[in-house]
Amino acid sequence: MKALRNFIDNVKPNFQEGGKFAKLRSTFGAFETFLFTPNETNKCGVHVRDAVDLKRTMIVVVLALVPALLFGMYNTGYQYFRMTGELSSVGFWQIFGKGLIAVLPIIVVSYVVGLAIEFASAQMRGHEVNEGFLVSGMLIPLVMPADVPLWIVAVATAFAVIFGKEVFGGTGMNIWNPALLARAFLFFAYPSKMSGETAWYYNYSKDIAVDGFSGATPLALANGGNYTDFCEAFFGLIPGSIGETSAVAILIGAAILLFTGIASWKTMISVFAGGIVMGWVFNQFGSADNAMAQLPWYNHLVYGGFCFGAVFMATDPVTSARTEGGKFIYGFLIGAMAIIIRVLNPGYPEGMMLAILLMNTFAPLIDYFFVQKNINRRLNRVKTKSI
Amino acid sequence: MNKKNKEAFLTPLGLNNPVTVQVLGICSALAVTAQLMPAIVMGISVTIITALSNVVISCLRKTIPLRIRIIVQLVVVAALVTIVSEVLKAFAYDISVQLSVYVGLIITNCILMGRLEAFAMQNDPWSSLLDGIGNGLGYAKILIIVAFFRELFGSGSLFGFKVFPEAFYNAGYLNNGLMLMPPMALIIVACIIWWQRAHNKDLQQK
Repeated sequence: MKALRNFIDNVKPNFQEGGKFAKLRSTFGAFETFLFTPNETNKCGVHVRDAVDLKRTMIVVVLALVPALLFGMYNTGYQYFRMTGELSSVGFWQIFGKGLIAVLPIIVVSYVVGLAIEFASAQMRGHEVNEGFLVSGMLIPLVMPADVPLWIVAVATAFAVIFGKEVFGGTGMNIWNPALLARAFLFFAYPSKMSGETAWYYNYSKDIAVDGFSGATPLALANGGNYTDFCEAFFGLIPGSIGETSAVAILIGAAILLFTGIASWKTMISVFAGGIVMGWVFNQFGSADNAMAQLPWYNHLVYGGFCFGAVFMATDPVTSARTEGGKFIYGFLIGAMAIIIRVLNPGYPEGMMLAILLMNTFAPLIDYFFVQKNINRRLNRVKTKSI
Repeated sequence: MNKKNKEAFLTPLGLNNPVTVQVLGICSALAVTAQLMPAIVMGISVTIITALSNVVISCLRKTIPLRIRIIVQLVVVAALVTIVSEVLKAFAYDISVQLSVYVGLIITNCILMGRLEAFAMQNDPWSSLLDGIGNGLGYAKILIIVAFFRELFGSGSLFGFKVFPEAFYNAGYLNNGLMLMPPMALIIVACIIWWQRAHNKDLQQK
């Protein structure tokens, strides 16, 4: 540790004002604060300081994503061997290893492309490099199908970081969740790679599938009236995007986020409430011919990206509503909207992504109403007193 | 051509572009730019109509009663749009089908009304003609840039001819379906505005 500190102190003058590499100041700063807690103090005013800063927050979210990631790797391998029909002859580590080979390149591409753009834009503006991409870079692979080509991941990541984040001013300024924006971009730009029966299987085009193999996701199956068992979907050995299939792994992550207080329980609970209410309403009053409307409400919660979106996407502190009351409305509408899109629009089997992006757009409006409500209430109090 | 006329002709092509600076005529810029050919035809049509309606209104400007000037302008524009639309149907039927309602909708193009109100009502026919041509070409320029990128990445072709060799597709390259949708045109227009403002200090807002 000591040697590392000394080394950093030695090269530091090069990167400061007037040094040889002064232009790379923010890059250097990013690495220095990554290794050591900065010992700078505020020079003006009194500030409330917390031990948890942006870096620690981000690391906790990444930790919370690890169960979903590990399960996603295993499931990718599992689905691969199910496709080739070799499931009975391979062991746990072979399955996991296959998943690792499939998933790791996607993670690397997402981080390399995203961080390169973040560093470059911080350099150009003379800002410090922000840690915001640590989480987005992990979320992007988790919402991708396993067979997605790497160059497509790179294009989507670049689009999301530039148009979703940097043009608005970087971390903390974005309107939409960058990871979901990357997915939405892929969904509309390269639909053949993002939906259908083949996208969810690693190397589908090259390795031959067994005869009679069907690769549809539970949501696609439900559209045709075949409902996947609740327990199976809850546990998660089903086709789907890499990180979204297992409700168990996601709930472990949710527990970490709630225990550390990083995600808001209000948003999370109300997303589920919205989904349950809307699913129940369709069960009761939906058309009998629409197989999606007749899908039992509890199945909606474990199919597709509902859980993943509720726990990791909707609770994103930057893009969600910030007022405490607003979080309930914001979350409830996400859940309800996701089910409405799933049921009423067969063109988009996965409504969660679109629902969250839509409510991201409306989050500032919700906040505005709640702030105005507070102001009016207080004004009334002043008025009644003065009379 | 004196300085004022030169300015009326040249500024719409650059520093006072109707699309990227005044942000007018966006709707049709989104609608007809999925391919190059319709975009070019649309650009030419708008240029002709803007120029001619500018001249007509400029000639009439002293006789038009102020209260009903908008109606008079609309009648002139509508007449010209109908002529252009008929000509397209007669001589370029395929493209007029592709452009569908958007030729008719030139009547409501904000650039046209803007130029008539802001320029032709106060200036002589000759400078009005130059102003009309300048603004039409400024509009056409943006349309062509947007259509170039949309057709290139959306369909992999230019003017309908394949640009990317088959080997690209065999190696895993795919056309970007989002490019064919109107939202992407909005993003490309935004990128052009971004580029233009980054290179012109005068256009940057404080």
